[in-house]
Amino acid sequence: MAAGVTARDEQKTGGILLALPAVLWLGLFFLLPLLIVLVFSFLTRSQGGQVSLPFTLAQYERVFDTFWVVMQRSINIALLTTVICLIAGYPLAYFIVRRRSNFGKQFALFLVILPFWTNFLVRTYAWRVLLGREGLINSTLINNGIITEPLELLGTEFAVLLGLVYGFLPFMVLPIYASLSRFDFRFIEAAQDLGANDVKAFLRVMLPMTLPGVVAGCMLVFIPAIGTFVTSDLLGGTQGLMIGNLIYSQYNRSGNLPLGAALSVVMMGVVMIALLIYARFGEAKE
Amino acid sequence: MNDIKVELIDVVKEFPIQRGETTRFRAVNNLNLDIYDGEFFALLGPSGCGKTTTLRLIAGFEQPSSGQILIDGKPMQGIPSFSRPVNTVFQDYALFPHMSVLQNVMFGLQMDKVPRKEAEGRAVEALEMVRLPNALNRKPKELSGGQQQRVALARAIVKRPKVLLLDEPLGALDLKLRREMQFELKSMQQELGITFIFVTHDQEEALTMANRIGVMHDGNLLQVGRPEEIYETPATRFVADFIGETNFIDGKLVSHTAHEGVVSIDDETTVTAMIGADQVANGQAVSVAVRPEKMTITAYSDTPPSTEHNIVHGQVAQVFYIGTDTRYAVRVGKSALVNVRVQNTAAHHTTFKERDTVTLSWERSVARILTH
Ligand SMILES: Nc1ncnc2c1ncn2[C@@H]1O[C@H](COP(=O)(O)OP(=O)(O)OP(=O)(O)O)[C@@H](O)[C@H]1O
Ligand SMILES: [Mg+2]
Repeated sequence: MAAGVTARDEQKTGGILLALPAVLWLGLFFLLPLLIVLVFSFLTRSQGGQVSLPFTLAQYERVFDTFWVVMQRSINIALLTTVICLIAGYPLAYFIVRRRSNFGKQFALFLVILPFWTNFLVRTYAWRVLLGREGLINSTLINNGIITEPLELLGTEFAVLLGLVYGFLPFMVLPIYASLSRFDFRFIEAAQDLGANDVKAFLRVMLPMTLPGVVAGCMLVFIPAIGTFVTSDLLGGTQGLMIGNLIYSQYNRSGNLPLGAALSVVMMGVVMIALLIYARFGEAKE
Repeated sequence: MNDIKVELIDVVKEFPIQRGETTRFRAVNNLNLDIYDGEFFALLGPSGCGKTTTLRLIAGFEQPSSGQILIDGKPMQGIPSFSRPVNTVFQDYALFPHMSVLQNVMFGLQMDKVPRKEAEGRAVEALEMVRLPNALNRKPKELSGGQQQRVALARAIVKRPKVLLLDEPLGALDLKLRREMQFELKSMQQELGITFIFVTHDQEEALTMANRIGVMHDGNLLQVGRPEEIYETPATRFVADFIGETNFIDGKLVSHTAHEGVVSIDDETTVTAMIGADQVANGQAVSVAVRPEKMTITAYSDTPPSTEHNIVHGQVAQVFYIGTDTRYAVRVGKSALVNVRVQNTAAHHTTFKERDTVTLSWERSVARILTH
């Protein structure tokens, strides 16, 4: 008994020592700043971009009041991005997994991650070139006589959505691919043997068994999508303004740190809700 | 009782050309087979002979390249697997890991839109039948191999299929459990009256369980018959070799009638045996097949025990004492080693030594002339 206890104690202290660098790092650069943001969000703005007492809920009032439209738009766009990525990504992942040859699989995966070879900013700028008034899409349509006036593609929610789906699709495809490649397709045969048609076999067997990948993919798309500011800045204009842009401008332009902090806290709240859903469904209960 | 339940007519299954091969691979070749209502049919053959492929064709997971499959007289072409009146117990069970035992068994009933209450009742009943009534809410991975096997069985029989396909269902079990399950499966089949098509590569399992056995080799169905037919009168050398133990004495057919033939083994010795192969011709190279337990070993003697007996002479090469039996490996002619098994009764115990010259004799009727 005594020996066992000592051994376990040693294990414990050893564990703490090993974790120490990470604990310090996270404490210093994650927890502390988080705490500062939280405290700032309850403070008052003062001269020259500083913060001061008294504590107030005024910033939160503004968030849920003036800026709630933007918050809601962000949630909507992020949700829509996630749904579209899922609807496009699951079949794509399925297609890749079902390639017979290993080469086919590798090549298809390579194509999925190929965009990462170019900087995200550059790729988003490329969409500006495509979507602009004199952009490739408009000029092609006009040259072919399909339209006479250029379409307003840039500076819309649609453009933001397009950019986000384009940018985050691989984050949906890869975890679903991982789940599907571990999925044994003989379970589908077992389901069919018991009388399930294709739709039922998918809904009752394949989807539940690949749910961890689906939920992980949704998180990997939803969380960065709701906080995005590059895509919405470059493609969205004022119409596509998102919460990320708002926070960015509070810190960098208006110098209203308490408001920026309050917006950040609310956004983190939304992300936390998403993570709770993930914890509920994403952890494989196999 | 003798209605045909499943009928395979000239069924061929070819798989596409794989890397490194030049022709399409024929996994099942011209299969013709009738399986009767309520029978326990075993499909027996070595690994890779096409047993699983045949089951998958019947279940509808594969489509025949040519030929027809009928169930209850109805052509199955174009009928998807989920509409066929068959259920499968898969080789590795394929239990849904995200569902409980009860949910697994209920799944097939829910697909048929059986009301929930009734489905649950029938599922519980099926689980009682396979003697696993107390694990309803457990997940498959929390069960032992034998218990998983029972769930797979319950899941398949709960739908009361006309035909149950079983792909080596006992393959993963240890010997003792295997014996137990063999017995249970057999009695369950009799109780339910469902037609069982049971795939195995274990000849003993096939012999003990089946009403009839079909022996497959390289995609061909070599012989179909009752266990004792297959064992006593194998139609080919492969069947004789695969089922039980057999001695093959090679020789040349000298003369033959409709039932019997005379085979010369070497310059001095000829033996007479029943014709087992479909077609033979004088002068053809053939094998005489004799089971080890049907031979008698005696000291050298030139007179056969009766006119109905064959004799050959040989030299004892090895002696194995194995408790109940003694086995002699006897060199006959130039090359063939013949195994003889003798029971160690009070009257007989090891009496011959290595290099003794002995005479082997057997009745004509137990030896069969087979071609390759
Ligand atoms: N989808 C497929 N594509 C190509 N070849 C296949 C396919 N399925 C089976 N085969 C080949 O067909 C042959 C028969 O396979 P099958 O699985 O029917 O054998 P089996 O008798 O069930 O063997 P085992 O006892 O090992 O299970 C094998 O040589 C196998 O490689
Ligand atoms: Mg098999």
